[in-house]
Amino acid sequence: MLKTIRRILAVLCFVAVTLLFLDFTGTLHHWLGWTAKVQFFPAVLALNVAVIAVLVLITLVFGRIYCSVICPLGVMQDLISWLHGKFKKNRFSYSKEMKWLRYPVLVVFIALLVVGVGSILTLLEPYGTYGMIATNLFQPIYQWCNNGLAAIAEHYESYAFYSTDVWVKSGIALALSAGLFLIIGFLAWRGGRTYCNTICPVGTLLSFVSRFSLLKVRIDDDKCIKCGLCTRNCKASCINHEDGTVDHSRCVTCGNCISKCKKDAIYYGRPRKNSENVGTKPASSAETEGNNVGTRPVSSDENQKEPIDNGKRAFLIGAGTAVAVAAFAQAKKKVDGGLAAIEDKEMPKRKNPITPPGSWNARHMQQHCTACQLCVAECPNQVLVPSHGLLTLMQPMMTYERGYCRPECIRCSQVCPTGAIKPITFEDKSSIKIGTAVWSHFLCIPIRDKDKDGNPISCGSCANHCPTGAITMIQLEENNENSPMVPSINAAKCIGCGACEYVCPSRPVSAIHVEGLEDHRTI
Amino acid sequence: MNSKHNMSRRHFFKVAGGAAVASGVVLAACNNKDEANTSGAISEADVPKDRMTYRINPNTGDRVSLLGYGMMRLPVVGGKTAPPDAPIDQELVNKEIDFALEHGVNYIDTSPAYCQGRSEKATGIALSRHPRDKYFIATKLSNFSPDTWPLEEGQKMFYNSLKELQVDYVDYMLLHAVGMGENGPEEFDHRYAENGLLDWLVEQKEAGKIRNLGFSYHGDISVFDTLLQWHDEGDYHWDFVQIELNYLDWKHANEINKDNTNAEYLYNELKKRGIPAIIMEPLLGGRLANLPDAIVTDMKRRDPNSSVASWAFRYAGTPDGVLTVLSGMTYMDHLMENIITYAPLKPISEEEDKFLEQVANTLAALPLVPCNSCQYCMPCPYGIDIPAIFTHYNKCIKEGNLIESESDDSYKRARKIFLVGYDRSVPKLRQANHCIACRQCVSHCPQEIDIPKELKHIDDFAEQLKQSDRKD
Repeated sequence: MLKTIRRILAVLCFVAVTLLFLDFTGTLHHWLGWTAKVQFFPAVLALNVAVIAVLVLITLVFGRIYCSVICPLGVMQDLISWLHGKFKKNRFSYSKEMKWLRYPVLVVFIALLVVGVGSILTLLEPYGTYGMIATNLFQPIYQWCNNGLAAIAEHYESYAFYSTDVWVKSGIALALSAGLFLIIGFLAWRGGRTYCNTICPVGTLLSFVSRFSLLKVRIDDDKCIKCGLCTRNCKASCINHEDGTVDHSRCVTCGNCISKCKKDAIYYGRPRKNSENVGTKPASSAETEGNNVGTRPVSSDENQKEPIDNGKRAFLIGAGTAVAVAAFAQAKKKVDGGLAAIEDKEMPKRKNPITPPGSWNARHMQQHCTACQLCVAECPNQVLVPSHGLLTLMQPMMTYERGYCRPECIRCSQVCPTGAIKPITFEDKSSIKIGTAVWSHFLCIPIRDKDKDGNPISCGSCANHCPTGAITMIQLEENNENSPMVPSINAAKCIGCGACEYVCPSRPVSAIHVEGLEDHRTI
Repeated sequence: MNSKHNMSRRHFFKVAGGAAVASGVVLAACNNKDEANTSGAISEADVPKDRMTYRINPNTGDRVSLLGYGMMRLPVVGGKTAPPDAPIDQELVNKEIDFALEHGVNYIDTSPAYCQGRSEKATGIALSRHPRDKYFIATKLSNFSPDTWPLEEGQKMFYNSLKELQVDYVDYMLLHAVGMGENGPEEFDHRYAENGLLDWLVEQKEAGKIRNLGFSYHGDISVFDTLLQWHDEGDYHWDFVQIELNYLDWKHANEINKDNTNAEYLYNELKKRGIPAIIMEPLLGGRLANLPDAIVTDMKRRDPNSSVASWAFRYAGTPDGVLTVLSGMTYMDHLMENIITYAPLKPISEEEDKFLEQVANTLAALPLVPCNSCQYCMPCPYGIDIPAIFTHYNKCIKEGNLIESESDDSYKRARKIFLVGYDRSVPKLRQANHCIACRQCVSHCPQEIDIPKELKHIDDFAEQLKQSDRKD
């Protein structure tokens, strides 16, 4: 029963939070946005005391069900481990708690958090890691499926689906996500919850609480025949059947052991008083026994140190590579016939990175962002991409090669679970200055290009598209009527949205680009 | 006959134009995606062989089929998705020419400029497989580029046409698109008058190398008027004139674009002089084959078995001063359907004429951009797909999906159709917001559309739709 309930809830939570990352249409986050906000570490960063208190309380009563149900990375590992279990039964064994790894990782993690170094932090934190994997690996697959449906819809002149661009936002992010997925996937395939109980700082943190939880998985020594079936089915490797003990710092209360035990010797609840009190044991374990459907005989050939199935590992790696290759292939632009070729834009070398409106300033962003990339996955204008900065690795930054920060969109500020991007209104958005446009004389089309008669090309695209009217076109030489018209930027009015940079016809580098403002301000 | 064929008061129109696909300069024609008439299933057996309507050329007595084959949209290998420089599908061209001749079509119209200069050769290959007296060949002196203005260049172009077409003489020779250019009269002088090319062509006619001499007209009406004045005064004799005529341009060409001249005027000027008219743009670049749903319903109610395009062909072929109606038929189904329409012609009745006048009134009242996708403006140096943007915009207007008021019940639906359809028909980087208004396209447009202004208007509309989607 415990296992069934856990499984249903886990799948629901996992699907919900994954859909949040997959959805690019901006509709689901109104309904599912909370699934990211109840994650432990985002709540810590957002200083969301209520969520932290509830999560601690839940752990204090039920043990680490957070890890089994709410954490998407945990559920992802369970899925992989479950898949392996289909091929190979009873494959786990007890191992000692790796204190030497667990606690130092936590200490380092906390130290980094205090110092405010985001980059390594984000690679250790489970929700952020899952977000990266979902955004960089799962979302493209989802988008391709959507594009398939959109093609069918287009064929039938339906507008139910629309096509979306699938592109590599960052090669490093893709590689990191693939790497993390393969490493964590490999650990899960081999040893279930190894990652959660050796590396995950949230798991370690919760383990302090779960040692004292009210309800626990316990072994009834009187009934236990030391067959070891529970141990061999414990993905957390935390049951020592010989001693009859369970390491509650590592147990994620998945309930697998309970459904496996044929002697009803392992149960979830308060301690049993003594062996005569079998009839008064908690209801949950009784029901568990009744639902004990999946029990299979123990196979005798169990070798606990059996080598990993190479064929399956190869499959996994192969699948990961296929995803990566496909993602790169899609990034290439197809050429249309009968039209002038359009060069892809290159990211200008910005002296200061641009952070989204609502992030206040670069420091706030760096300290509060867990790099889950939910904002990157959600951004409909293809403006947010993972950063490659040493201290801001995988945190979002803005760039305007494929779009600009449009006035009708505040989605990143709505979805951010950590408060790195604070919620803003549309009115705020139109007045928050996140950067300033800068003009490059030698790239500007009226200066660079001539028409067939040798006259300068007239442009003015930047001025025409500036939403705040910060750009006016002026004559380059004041008293020369034939001199080209070039943009003049009023920095006080510019909000840094990037409309000018995006529409600038100069390619591959725009003749006007935005430099980020370290501290945002309102104009 | 119909009232529309009577003379009307002469107006002064500075510049005429209307569509230009038919006697096009160079580009795109060879694999235009939005080619005119599409049809249901017709099999070759449905197409009659001996019932084509013919008109007699009063100058030479030529018995010309009412359907003329325009060779400006020849099929390319690879079909519609082929790259623009794909080779012409000669096998299909041969098959189509064979079929056309077998079913009574005998007027074949080409130009040295069509299909990136490959049309004449392909036409020559296909026609050389038939006896010379089975077809009339029309080609043009397409000396648009200033370096082809000297007399020798024009002569070279003519001799090259004979060579490519594998013939000793041309049945119908045209001065190509007179009136075009920034200054129509001046450009005419450069191309044909002051270099003596026109006089040389007259000599070729006397020498039998040209059987009929005429011109095709776009643009500045003063050139049209001047050339007819020369005819009246006996300086030159025009054996035929090629004009744009269809039921929308009959009375509305000028209304849609003040620089254009109504077909009614052009046709009547020719009619009163007894000059045969050859019709181009019967479908207005395919626009008259793709009408708003309500009009399609009306047409189907009147004649469920006829295509929307067939109305336009019947209209263009009805006036008795029309010698032939040109259609740039890319695929067999276009050809078969058009032969059926003219084999024989069922003239537009007076009642039907009134109906089409209403249709024209309705169409003229739609705020359409008068773009025929002739592609002359392309390629835009900054990559904008100008015709595709206008086509999408016009499609939304015709389908009633251009709704500005957010309080309208169907606003949300129309918004989605406009924006999703926009992304489907034009890649993002080729949309109107990337137009920099350099105005290099403007002088190329035979419709004299203020392209940057229209693009700005469409961009503003798209922007308004996008910004209305604020989800708090």
